[in-house]
Amino acid sequence: MAYDNFTILRSAAVPMPIENVDTDQIIPARFLKATERKGFGDNLFRDWRYNPDNTPKADFVLNNPTYSSNGPARKILVGGKNFGSGSSREHAAWAIYDYGFRCVVSSFFADIFKNNCLNVGILPVTVSPEFADRIFAAIEADPSTELEVNLPEQTITLLATGDSERFAINEYKKHNLLNGYDDIDYLLSMKSEIEAFADTRPF
Amino acid sequence: MSTPKTLFDKVWDAHVIRHVEDGPDVLFIDRHFIHEVTSPVAFLGLEGRGAPVLFPGRTFATADHNTPTLNQHLPVADPLSANQLRALEVNTAKYGISHWGLGHQKNGIVHVIGPENGITLPGMTIVCGDSHTSTHGAFGAIAFGIGTSEVEMVLASQCIMQPKPKKMRITVNGTLGKAVMPKDVILYIIAQISASGATGYFVEYAGEVFRNMSMEGRMTVCNMSIEMGARGGIIAPDQTTLNYLNGREMAPKGEAWDKLVPYWESLSTDDGAEFDVDLTFDAATIEPQITYGTNPGLGTGISRQIPIAEAVKDGAASYKKSLQYMGFAENESMVGKPIDFVFLGSCTNGRIEDFRAFASIVKGHRKADNVTAWLVPGSHVVERQIKEEGILDILTEAGFELRQPGCSACLAMNEDKIPAGKYAVSTSNRNFEGRQGPGARTLLASPLVAAAAAVTGKVTDPREFI
Repeated sequence: MAYDNFTILRSAAVPMPIENVDTDQIIPARFLKATERKGFGDNLFRDWRYNPDNTPKADFVLNNPTYSSNGPARKILVGGKNFGSGSSREHAAWAIYDYGFRCVVSSFFADIFKNNCLNVGILPVTVSPEFADRIFAAIEADPSTELEVNLPEQTITLLATGDSERFAINEYKKHNLLNGYDDIDYLLSMKSEIEAFADTRPF
Repeated sequence: MSTPKTLFDKVWDAHVIRHVEDGPDVLFIDRHFIHEVTSPVAFLGLEGRGAPVLFPGRTFATADHNTPTLNQHLPVADPLSANQLRALEVNTAKYGISHWGLGHQKNGIVHVIGPENGITLPGMTIVCGDSHTSTHGAFGAIAFGIGTSEVEMVLASQCIMQPKPKKMRITVNGTLGKAVMPKDVILYIIAQISASGATGYFVEYAGEVFRNMSMEGRMTVCNMSIEMGARGGIIAPDQTTLNYLNGREMAPKGEAWDKLVPYWESLSTDDGAEFDVDLTFDAATIEPQITYGTNPGLGTGISRQIPIAEAVKDGAASYKKSLQYMGFAENESMVGKPIDFVFLGSCTNGRIEDFRAFASIVKGHRKADNVTAWLVPGSHVVERQIKEEGILDILTEAGFELRQPGCSACLAMNEDKIPAGKYAVSTSNRNFEGRQGPGARTLLASPLVAAAAAVTGKVTDPREFI
């Protein structure tokens, strides 16, 4: 699935300082019945975002005008530790992308979720727990404060203060994100090598 | 002499076609399981590229996540679910992939039917768009869950690109106590190291507790590896493994089997091989477990009290939010808490040994009037075993009914949803908020704990029955 390439992103952020945000919260299973990848953003964080009668829950961050009516749509979601744990459903990453986020920041990501993000064009940025705390504090002090995520330089910066941290990403995935490539393009280019290898398997 | 290797290294390294510099390994996949929920968009992607399925014979499909557990002979009522099931049927037919759909005599939960039909073998790499693919690690396979983009990748190329995880070994020595099941062992481990304690790692389970465990028990343990964040779990194959597989329909036969045995026997961790993390626990400290919070790491021995916030590894704010959702408070006892539902089933505990255990407690008792019980076999094969072994008679006599196979209330994608605010003792794998239905409150436990709760109507120590 093609996605827009990622280079430098500047945006205010939505803070979600909750630990162990699992993919059942990001998109509950009952919304996984589609056979196409569209519209998942409507149900992002469905049960935290809406009451059973579909009215918005006023205390949920995505319904808080402080984080929504303040300039352009926010493209960065900052989560607590162990973000994206649980189910492998890529629908969680699709929902985040479809809602408008292009980058998720956390001090600790669940593995499968992180892979899924990279595969759909969302940049997962792992920061130190201290830097995560400073981001949350900065947003609390000024909800419109902007972050810059610079993929070529592998840095994330609080623009108001210049407070910055470097993040890790392997060169291969970085190259893919910068150019909007995916793994399948790569794998299809080595088809004959794969076929030869398959012949050597005992089962 | 060559460098000592771990079991995980041996299997992983045998599947690496290419290592991308400062990037992932290109890993060949021996077996790929697909189901109706995470495959349709992968097939759409494939179609968009005009790419074929490279090795259709290496992919196996079943319908399980979104299927009804009653009246499976009737058309599926929910049009969205029916559409998803139809998409799987059409896609598998188009690309020549084996499909055991709804109503097929081998249909069942993907992680139950793979092993029971001998599709899963030691030394394989196995993936599926489902995080509980880790189940198959019980056979000495490297098995893990993937996202839909990766499902498309495997269909197109039979490979995925993965960085090699770090290695952790968890050893449990000693003898398990009365009424302590494999489920209790893994719930105990997760409670000790937290729901993220093994993130970034692939876990090998070692020690006499796992050596003495049946294959079904090992599957329960490996199944929940993901619940501590691990990519997967693996147990070295041994005679128990080979005895389980020998003669299963799709397992190699005769000479082909004999030729593989020496290879399989080589699949264990060499003396002196190194792990990034090595943990050891004592079986004697493990009692029947139950969870009280909203992630699988928030569990405790059933006779204990809910810990205070300062005593848990999760942040205090998240912990309090979790207890608030559950309607519990710090320091409360778990035993005696009234419950509303019991769910026996899932890829964690939906096999015949789980039903035997459940029946061993309910035999001669009656289901409590305040409890609604959903007993869901993991497959039609398990369902037939339940009937043939006379377990169905025991269950019926005690006031229980048996449903038809599927994932059911584990993820509540079909109509099997626990109502908001209700408490369910579940043998499944996740107690996340709303996992078993919006507002549902899940207590994860073993089949024995579930059975004791089903007949008493409250959280009960199963040792009282044994």
